[in-house]
Amino acid sequence: MSRIYLDHASAMPVDPQVFEFAKPYLMQSFGNPSSLHSVGLEAKRAVEDSRRKIAEFIHAENESTILFTGSATEANNLAVKGTALRNITQGKAVVASAIEHMSVLNPMKELQKNGFIYTSLPVDSTGMVDLKKLETILSKNMVLTSIMYANNEIGTIEPIREVSKLVHEKGVYLHVDAVAAAGRIPIDVQKDGIDLLTLSSNDLYGPQGAGVLYVKPGVRIQSVQLGGGQERGLRSGTENVFAIAGMGEAARIMQQEMKQESSRLLPIRDSLIKEILKIDQSYLTGHPTRRLPHHASFRFSYIEGESILLNMDMFEIQVSTGSACSSKTLEPSHVLLAIGLKHEEAHGSMVLTLGRSTIMDDVEPVSKATYETVERLRKLSPMSQEWRK
Amino acid sequence: MATVGYSKKVMEHFLNPHNVGVIENPDGYGKVGNPVCGDVMEIFIKVKDEKITDIKFRTFGCGSAIATSSMVTDLAKGKHVDEAIKITRGDVANELDGLPAQKMHCSNLAADALHEAIKDYKNKKQQK
Repeated sequence: MSRIYLDHASAMPVDPQVFEFAKPYLMQSFGNPSSLHSVGLEAKRAVEDSRRKIAEFIHAENESTILFTGSATEANNLAVKGTALRNITQGKAVVASAIEHMSVLNPMKELQKNGFIYTSLPVDSTGMVDLKKLETILSKNMVLTSIMYANNEIGTIEPIREVSKLVHEKGVYLHVDAVAAAGRIPIDVQKDGIDLLTLSSNDLYGPQGAGVLYVKPGVRIQSVQLGGGQERGLRSGTENVFAIAGMGEAARIMQQEMKQESSRLLPIRDSLIKEILKIDQSYLTGHPTRRLPHHASFRFSYIEGESILLNMDMFEIQVSTGSACSSKTLEPSHVLLAIGLKHEEAHGSMVLTLGRSTIMDDVEPVSKATYETVERLRKLSPMSQEWRK
Repeated sequence: MATVGYSKKVMEHFLNPHNVGVIENPDGYGKVGNPVCGDVMEIFIKVKDEKITDIKFRTFGCGSAIATSSMVTDLAKGKHVDEAIKITRGDVANELDGLPAQKMHCSNLAADALHEAIKDYKNKKQQK
């Protein structure tokens, strides 16, 4: 039996075309983009070429809005801390949705420790942010609002344009983490009204080790990492030219293929959801319709997610879970708790994220393996006893 | 040396756990853990002449929770209750060729469930 990899939200294979494109920057054009000689300039050209492709990918005003970082986590840190600290004279209030990635939430909490007022914006049971609540939270001394384009664990797509309208009526900056959404649904930073936007290379089939923070012209931020002044002084550190060149090419290919690929994946995802929900006491997590086209997430009562993951792996199917037992902190997913699940419910989650390798023929073996996994673990579980009676 | 993932033995016990199930009218019953934390284990024992003649378990939890439950039932079966109560969490982890560091505490409650079952047996015997 061949492997069925359904954990694209965690890691994606590098597109072979991207690898071929970026390979010369490892050993031939390996120069430091800051060097003025010909080897350095070759690397510099690759970085600038990628900057242009990324700008096109999100329809940015110009390429100088694009800052390369070493990861999306770093871009989120720069967005949150860099914006809040630079604009401290405007106010000290910041807000983020309760389902943001830890690389947004933890910098927010750090700001709070340092005297900022941090408010967590609740979401409903489908993971949609509460716009009415946002309106009441926004105030004059608010400097930054951070809401993700779509959530990586439950697939819900947020109403970014409505959020943007509310945020900008009060004149505060909007940061959007678009790691999960980019390449799956169209993103237009100008039409969407976004001030800062985070992207990840690997989530576009690019190499790991590159991320992007888009900063709208006129938006003031400061660096959080000091050094030689690369990236307009906002992100010091020698550029990872291989990953950056690859990310640009990956974004270019994603942009070309997105429409076709998303409509190819949509019926596969819908079949997976339909088949898996036939299992007793199984539930879809996230929004039923406003969700990413490659994303299917579930929870099953009376069993635990790490066991689901291990058991599915025995069928050569790789999945993800928001269970506490699989996390480093041993806490269940904050996203599943934020949509109102109880701890014991949040433990039994399974996330499937589809990709280019996914085909309609995968639906049958995956649903069958899920059914068998859930059955076996429920037989072991003391909690399913009452329910079976 | 830090291990990557679970040992082969843990996976064997996770996939084919020994002594799964329920004993009707057990001589001793122990339950530990909490669904909120993600681990619940229960152990049932049958005792004859102070020896554990049969033992069964049911577990809600992660891979190591299931594997440690299976292992502790193997270790206890056939033992004198006073010997079985000496089985520690460390013994269970060692017999499984180790557990990842963060799993040593939270998911290694199986020995506790066994101890509870034996205590329950002893209490019941006293009451007779």
